[in-house]
Amino acid sequence: MDKSKGKRLEKILINNNTYFIFLILFIACSLLSDTFFSTMNIRNIALQQSGPVLVAIGMLFVVLTGGIDLSVGSVMAIGASISAILIRDYNFHFIPAVLIALLAGMVFGTFTGMLVAYANFQGFVASLATMTIARGMAFMITNGTPIKLEYGTIDKLVKAKYFFPIIIITIMIVVLFALIQRYTAWGRTVIAIGSNSTAVRLAGIRTKRYLMSVYAVAGVLAALAGVFIAARSSTGSATVGEGQELDAIAACVIGGASLAGGKGFVVKTVAGALVLALIGNIMNLMAVPSYPQDVIKGFIIIAAVLLQIFSSKSDKTV
Amino acid sequence: MHEEYKIEMRDIAKHFGGVKALNNVSLKIKKGEIHALIGENGAGKSTLMKILSGAYQKDGGQIFVNGKEVKITSPKDSKDLRIAVIYQEFMLAPDLTVAENISIDNLANSGAFINWKWLKKIASSHLTKLGFCDIDPGVRVGTLSIAYQQIVEICKCLTRNADVIVFDEPTAVLTFTEIEKLFAIIRKLKSEGVSIIYISHRIDEIFELSDNITVLKDGGYVDTVPTSSITKEMLVSMMVGRKITQMFPERNAKIGKEILKVEKLNAGKLVQDVSFRVREGEILGFSGLVGAGRTETMRAIFGADKIDSGKVIYFGKEVRFKHPSEAIKNGFGFLSEDRKVEGLLLEQSIRMNTTLASMHKVKNKLDIINHKKEKKYVKELLRSLNTKYSSTENNVNSLSGGNQQKIALSKWISADCKCIVFDEPTRGVDVGAKTEIYKIMNNLAEQGVGIIMISSEMTEISGMCDRVIVMRQGRISGELDKELITENSLIKYAMGV
Repeated sequence: MDKSKGKRLEKILINNNTYFIFLILFIACSLLSDTFFSTMNIRNIALQQSGPVLVAIGMLFVVLTGGIDLSVGSVMAIGASISAILIRDYNFHFIPAVLIALLAGMVFGTFTGMLVAYANFQGFVASLATMTIARGMAFMITNGTPIKLEYGTIDKLVKAKYFFPIIIITIMIVVLFALIQRYTAWGRTVIAIGSNSTAVRLAGIRTKRYLMSVYAVAGVLAALAGVFIAARSSTGSATVGEGQELDAIAACVIGGASLAGGKGFVVKTVAGALVLALIGNIMNLMAVPSYPQDVIKGFIIIAAVLLQIFSSKSDKTV
Repeated sequence: MHEEYKIEMRDIAKHFGGVKALNNVSLKIKKGEIHALIGENGAGKSTLMKILSGAYQKDGGQIFVNGKEVKITSPKDSKDLRIAVIYQEFMLAPDLTVAENISIDNLANSGAFINWKWLKKIASSHLTKLGFCDIDPGVRVGTLSIAYQQIVEICKCLTRNADVIVFDEPTAVLTFTEIEKLFAIIRKLKSEGVSIIYISHRIDEIFELSDNITVLKDGGYVDTVPTSSITKEMLVSMMVGRKITQMFPERNAKIGKEILKVEKLNAGKLVQDVSFRVREGEILGFSGLVGAGRTETMRAIFGADKIDSGKVIYFGKEVRFKHPSEAIKNGFGFLSEDRKVEGLLLEQSIRMNTTLASMHKVKNKLDIINHKKEKKYVKELLRSLNTKYSSTENNVNSLSGGNQQKIALSKWISADCKCIVFDEPTRGVDVGAKTEIYKIMNNLAEQGVGIIMISSEMTEISGMCDRVIVMRQGRISGELDKELITENSLIKYAMGV
């Protein structure tokens, strides 16, 4: 009786290890710094992470198929630049400007997805190409200088009268995609393709369409993340999102996703993104210089992944 | 023990889990003889050779080389004993040159750098010896024909001074003239004192080439006989000669109208002018050797591969499925032969696998899956198939082979197919699950489903089928009605005796 109870507890710990890592880190941060657990700091984290969380979710669906999308960071820059230039130079209201930016993100994602699904590119290679294309285009759009926007336009996304729209939007998208993954045939098919795409094709499912669609989703979410960053700084810059693709991949992996495909979870990926956020935040609060920060962050990613490998091994013996 | 034998394998046993793959099998090879090893698929030929080459470890028995007992625990041991195996799939690096491949384990001739001059000298000396001086040692192996690649493999064995060479179905991929050349090489090797173990399904070749024949059956040893002392018919009955017990259900399905008619189908090299038809409630067998084009024929009809020409008439209408989804929409299912590679999502739940081809049954118009309904549906379906599992949420790879196969099968039953191809439906499945799978097939037939069963097991062809078509080298070589199906006649058509 006791033994089975112990085993069950062990299983719960293993299955939810991402959440426990997050919780432990959260408590440790609260103890390490007085300012960490303040409304102001928590709100800042939430605002800062709205974008990266969305990018990580987009990445997750690509990773679920067994692919990878390196272009999301650059597509963020496209989202930021296009929305900013439309507002400043073409007098767009910020809402249609943002919608057009999202459409551009979808075009980039779809393009990458077409290369992967129909031209048999590897995701890594296809997205490497679109990554440079998107970044270059973002610089062309902004002419290489950040586009400063007047207050009262896109910054409304950050702070409305009583609430923070980007936080609300992010939470809604997280919930939406968690439900999509679990309850829709689309979500299930994406996972199935990552497990064994031959079997899925032979079960009469047109795998290429699904493959293309995940990249399109990643593109839209990345563009939205870029818009969020533009909103927070009231500036559209072509340097937005540099290196963000790697953080997104790290978030998926910390959240227990397998880069081979077929395994991964939306909410855990969000927790993975927040783990990275907490690490960055606490080191800032403790005034750790930025270069050592990167080194520490790298080692923490290794530790988190080791824990995943360890737990998936013990999962198999159960 | 006996000095006269180059290799003696005595009472070799090998288990895989609970399955006995080899049970006290013996093989004695003299110096400089060509010894044929023969038996049906699954008789244990490959397992025995893998033990000799060090790829598998034996569980019992002894191996003697030149009369001395030896231990072979790795491929290196086998190489050191000057034993070489040429597998059906060559072990060549296609992007390296002929010369590099031939001396792949000694590229630097014991120095530090690749010694090109020496490599090319070694390569051309062996190629010349075999009479293939037209192969350029500097050319990439990937650009050579299959027959020439095989020559490179043989040269590889020669550089290692192998005096025992195992050929595993070497002619399966060769044309007639290439086979003649290969035989000349094998005879030459023999005259130089090399012992040859020759595995083949082609009876004619065995009689043309070998000195002695060892027959295996179901993992057991049957006999070793001098080739000159027996006839082809005797050899075939030695290979087969097994009783059918109560393995198979009674077949009472009523055969109805025609479901599928295929006319002069061509698709790639392995499907040439194939014509046949299937009726309601009928189990049509497809027999033949591995690689005869049976799977390829069905894949083309199913829309998994391209059709070059020909007609497919399905329920009276001409169709050409361009993607498996079109076939399934029309109720045409395909249980693929390798469930792990092509059939199942091993790391996903039983539930997800069962409804993979019929998600429309458990989802609504908004694409949302009703989990509760799905669980109930899957449980009921799997109960009707007598599947053993603890929870529908468990991964498929937690199940035994037989139950995994039932999950793969349930996918097609759930899709309400009116015509299903069963490609090697009982491969890697224990006897108990086998009879259950036969029962399921029989039930489907009684419901009017047309069934095509591809099988390399002759007992199951003769036990289950109403009619059987035999394919050989991409063409239909024979068709037999139920009363005329004998294992002898199947082998004859399959091998073109």
